[in-house]
Amino acid sequence: MKRITRQLAFYLCLVAIWQVISDLHIWPPYLFPSPGSVLEALQTGFADRSFLIGIGISLKRIAVGYGLSVLLGIGLGFLIAASEFLEATLGGLVLSLQSLPSLCWLPLAVLWFGLSEKAIIFVVVMGSLLSVTINTQAGVRHVPKIYLMAGRNLGARGLLLFLYVLLPASQPHLVSGLKQGWAFAWRSLISGEMIFVSLGLGHLLMMGRDLNDMSQVVAVMAIIMAIGHIVDRLLFERLENRIRHKWGLVGAA
Amino acid sequence: MSEIPAGPGWSQNKLRLQNVSRTFQTPRGPLTALEDISLEIQEGEFLCVVGPSGCGKSTLLNLIAGLDRPTSGDIWKDSAPVDGPGTDRIVIFQELGLFPWLTVLENVEFGLRMQGVSKAQRREQSRRYLRMVHLSSFESSYVHQLSGGMKQRVALARSLVTEPDVLLMDEPFAALDAQTRDLLHEEMERIWAETRKTIVFVTHNVREAVRLGGRVIVLSFRPGRIKSQFTITLPRPRHLEDPELALTAREVLAQLKEEINKAVEEEFRHEENH
Repeated sequence: MKRITRQLAFYLCLVAIWQVISDLHIWPPYLFPSPGSVLEALQTGFADRSFLIGIGISLKRIAVGYGLSVLLGIGLGFLIAASEFLEATLGGLVLSLQSLPSLCWLPLAVLWFGLSEKAIIFVVVMGSLLSVTINTQAGVRHVPKIYLMAGRNLGARGLLLFLYVLLPASQPHLVSGLKQGWAFAWRSLISGEMIFVSLGLGHLLMMGRDLNDMSQVVAVMAIIMAIGHIVDRLLFERLENRIRHKWGLVGAA
Repeated sequence: MSEIPAGPGWSQNKLRLQNVSRTFQTPRGPLTALEDISLEIQEGEFLCVVGPSGCGKSTLLNLIAGLDRPTSGDIWKDSAPVDGPGTDRIVIFQELGLFPWLTVLENVEFGLRMQGVSKAQRREQSRRYLRMVHLSSFESSYVHQLSGGMKQRVALARSLVTEPDVLLMDEPFAALDAQTRDLLHEEMERIWAETRKTIVFVTHNVREAVRLGGRVIVLSFRPGRIKSQFTITLPRPRHLEDPELALTAREVLAQLKEEINKAVEEEFRHEENH
């Protein structure tokens, strides 16, 4: 409760400072929108449903793209960790690809898939797949040998050893990979939508720019931040806390 | 060689090791952990193995468990050669290896789950063993919430639940304080009396070995060979104040000391070389 009050106070202060600056009229309103005009832009955006549609489209894309990244990334991570050969070859490639901003894939994606949903989902997958892969691989590598020995000793073999020992034992790293992957996926999607221009939140933001409507730009930015934050808090933070609590990785709380 | 000699004495052997050696390849060259170990362990025997650190005690257990293979020699359990791990021979590791993502009960159930035992049945069976180690009220705790002694008892229950006939214990009580260890010794002895398992118990603690073992084997330092054996027939529970036991302990300790000195000398030599 105390935490929430503090956070609320902080954000109110921030908005107040913003209001004061915009009241000083240092910059014209079309360059520096006031909190009121942004609120208004949010209201109209939701009232004419353009924001709702944008959110819906972006969420659908992220669900497909991120879902694919998670499935492929975890699979690839385990595969690479399982073989020294793959670790030396594919593992190195994954690391260097990870340094590539996902937007670099957009020209190729458009060439391969045309101006379609597939192209933008491809960019999202390329943005988040690798961090899921790398974290999965790290997770497997950090599993203490003793768990595997204990598992084998108690009769777990092959698939059973994988499902009941290796997979749960790499959970802590796996979750950070999923979290990082989500952040990358969301960023890739929005930046892809901004350039690719086909509805979605990124498109709405660019529309605001084209109409010289900075209130809409800031309003869409606020929505993007809010969604990113909510997913992080509601999903990943909870998941992480649960695992940390269960494993005793935090002091008794 | 594969012919099993028939005879009254032989049929009672639970485990038989014949000329077992294990050599590891290390960056400094081959290291022989165990050399030419021949050993017969009877059904229901409580065998303690002592030796200095690095004499291959843990290797011996891993070989019997089938988690590792001998470089040469054969290991037999009952009349079948040991070929890979099996739930008839369970190791309790020094680090225990309890799973932090499972509750106490789920940890105990693990072996049965791997065997495909139905949920109701494995619950019932696991609870029985949790009762045996007096941990019934902790069944839904997670491992990190338990004390060192309690973790040991969970590991014990987890190992007993698949009803192995051989328990292989690798310095299980080394990290515990003296009082907890004493309690666990009593518990161990009671469980052994109740279940009549064959136990191979590795330790570097001579007092522990003579307190628990029906037979104590001293391993030599690199390569690990059987240096000497002591049979202890004193009634249980034994007390370390008992003069006869104290005498045996002193003899075992004298043997062990020779090997520890060798280990220390070896270490000094290493330091000089660096």
